[in-house]
Amino acid sequence: MANDDLVFRALADPTRRFLLDRLFVRDGRTLTELESELDMTRFGVMKHLRVLEEAGLVAARKSGREKLHFLNPVPIRLIHDRWIDKYTERRVSALTELKSELEERK
Amino acid sequence: MNTMTETTTQVYNVYIKAAPQAIWDAITRPEWTERFGYGGRSEYDLRPGGAYRGLTSEEMRAQGAPEVAVDGEVIEADPPRKLVQTWRMVMNSDMAEEGFTRLTYEIVERDGGVSKLTVVHELEGAPDTAGLLAGEMEDQGAGGGWSFVLSSLKTLLETGDSFVH
Repeated sequence: MANDDLVFRALADPTRRFLLDRLFVRDGRTLTELESELDMTRFGVMKHLRVLEEAGLVAARKSGREKLHFLNPVPIRLIHDRWIDKYTERRVSALTELKSELEERK
Repeated sequence: MNTMTETTTQVYNVYIKAAPQAIWDAITRPEWTERFGYGGRSEYDLRPGGAYRGLTSEEMRAQGAPEVAVDGEVIEADPPRKLVQTWRMVMNSDMAEEGFTRLTYEIVERDGGVSKLTVVHELEGAPDTAGLLAGEMEDQGAGGGWSFVLSSLKTLLETGDSFVH
């Protein structure tokens, strides 16, 4: 539950969504690379990356002296599996019920 | 200054309310692997050089799939913390030709009975396999790749619910 809150909070910001979009296009970027695509201080980008990491949306790995950032889609998948699937299922069963109801009326 | 880093590696994290040993067992024991993800039994000979086979599920075989989905070899087994292995998708001939990739599982215990599972999959020279594992072929019925597998693993260990029916 608390983790879902962190995910939604992290996603509720255009800069952080932009960072995730960049990582979706190509994974494993350094802070320097990500910073070069934003009109923002290095410290500002670091802060946003930290929020994304805390929400589990970005996974960081050390590679030599560099820290590489990877898009981690698992938290979004968890929300999808927990919520979206449930609603889809309900919609499908609602349709099935409607169909049988209509057929019974015939 | 070169700021470009080309990487074909995929990294996934998931926090699971379970002990490292429970996660280790779920990854390495067939009676667990058939209850999440793609639902096939995994066979591991957990020592360096030992064989690994990821089998297809009964449902997949009923649709004409071969017995073995993935093969590989154990490189390092340090239960319940670290497993390094090679990994090759053999169900599809294009992916089989891409050859062996390198897969690492890391399990770290955190506070409050929570463990962090990290999956690092090095997919150099294996673009089709990478696409499959990133979930890009889900529309074609190939499943949601690692995020789907790890999401269902977390659900199984935390609630006992299995996605595989």
